[in-house]
Amino acid sequence: MDNKKEALFSKKNRKLLSDPLDGANPVSVQVLGICSALAITVQIEQAFVMSLSVLAVMIFGNIIVSALRDYIPSRIRIIVQLVIVAALVILVNELLKAFLPDVSEKLSVFVGLIISNCIIMGRLEAFALGNKIWPSFLDAIGNALGYAWILVAVSLIREVLGSGKIWGYEIFPDSLYELGYMNNNMMILPPMALITVALIIWVQRSRNTDLIEEN
Amino acid sequence: MSLNKNSNLYTFGFAFSMVVIVGTLLAIASEGLKELQEKNEDDKKMINILGAINVNADRSNAKELFNKYVIDSKIISGNNPSAQAFSIDIQKEFRDKNLNITDRNYPLYECRKEGNTYFVIPVVGNGLWGPIWGFVALESNYRTVYGATFNHKAETPGLGAEINQSSYSNQYSGEFISDLAGQFQPIVVVKDGSGFGVNSKVDGITGGTITSKGVEEMTNRTLEVYVNYFNSL
Repeated sequence: MDNKKEALFSKKNRKLLSDPLDGANPVSVQVLGICSALAITVQIEQAFVMSLSVLAVMIFGNIIVSALRDYIPSRIRIIVQLVIVAALVILVNELLKAFLPDVSEKLSVFVGLIISNCIIMGRLEAFALGNKIWPSFLDAIGNALGYAWILVAVSLIREVLGSGKIWGYEIFPDSLYELGYMNNNMMILPPMALITVALIIWVQRSRNTDLIEEN
Repeated sequence: MSLNKNSNLYTFGFAFSMVVIVGTLLAIASEGLKELQEKNEDDKKMINILGAINVNADRSNAKELFNKYVIDSKIISGNNPSAQAFSIDIQKEFRDKNLNITDRNYPLYECRKEGNTYFVIPVVGNGLWGPIWGFVALESNYRTVYGATFNHKAETPGLGAEINQSSYSNQYSGEFISDLAGQFQPIVVVKDGSGFGVNSKVDGITGGTITSKGVEEMTNRTLEVYVNYFNSL
């Protein structure tokens, strides 16, 4: 308990927030959560809604697991984490259905994806189980944002090139299409999500050579 | 603490209390919110029915507009012809494997807008990941499609999920579902882009073939039943 007097936003705590955005990014560096990066990055709107819901579930999941960390029997900890995440997701979904039905409709397909999102389980297991509530809270925000920006970046590239739209609004004038420009249908199909993520990883590693593994 | 957290007893105790707490919590949430959720679903259904006759409604005025435009509703065939058409859950009947196909109820909504009569037909079928459904509105000649709305539970965003966009459903306006003799004509979903403006053909969605085919299957299977009914009138 030596860090009891640690400032709320000490250097260490700030790193919890900033590391996942770049050097320890859950998607591009740890290669977690790729499944949803692939499934829902055709349009920005969905990527955004998904990011928000992951943020919410991650924050509450991390806080609850961190609060219970001294009581969770280690032999069944994975199941306990799974139950907590699943219960949170269902609860959030029920509340949305009752109070924000339109958002819930958009979210319906993602609910299952959130439960199975490896980043959430990964952070619960790797961080919240061994840390206090406040750092766990920051860690949740950091990782969710790290996940979010990749998702939004990928979906921006895919929506602009694949559908010629941003957030559902046409961005290219009709005259461009008359000149022979065509939306690239390839971008809409799942493989391009992986290629786009790979390009982001490439750019990131060429900037930050520490991330390149030696083999 | 004297409690041995590695003991079987503790582990079982923890698991047991966790299940009880989580279960109770979810049950309370589900029961407590049921009424609101059902109201939202009813509103959504009304919005979709109104959407098929090109009336834009939102959740705040759905009921009011529904009562204004929908003048009659009935069940044309099925095992429960005297029930309220709106209360029939055709999705549930579609999923019910024990229900004989001829026992399925087919609701029909009669709407009046700007002096014209329209008939709204609910359709339900299977997409790629889950159920899809929609409403098709016919003009008073029983054969021209006036408008259609489609929706889905879990189709892939940006691909199959596009069936709920007007760019897809607008293609159905003006199609004929039967020839002048009353013979049923299916509306085919095509892949080669030849469907635009052509009768009995609509363009499918790129990357959403199975969902598009699902729409084709459900509209044709259901509309045929209604065409037969209209012929018998």
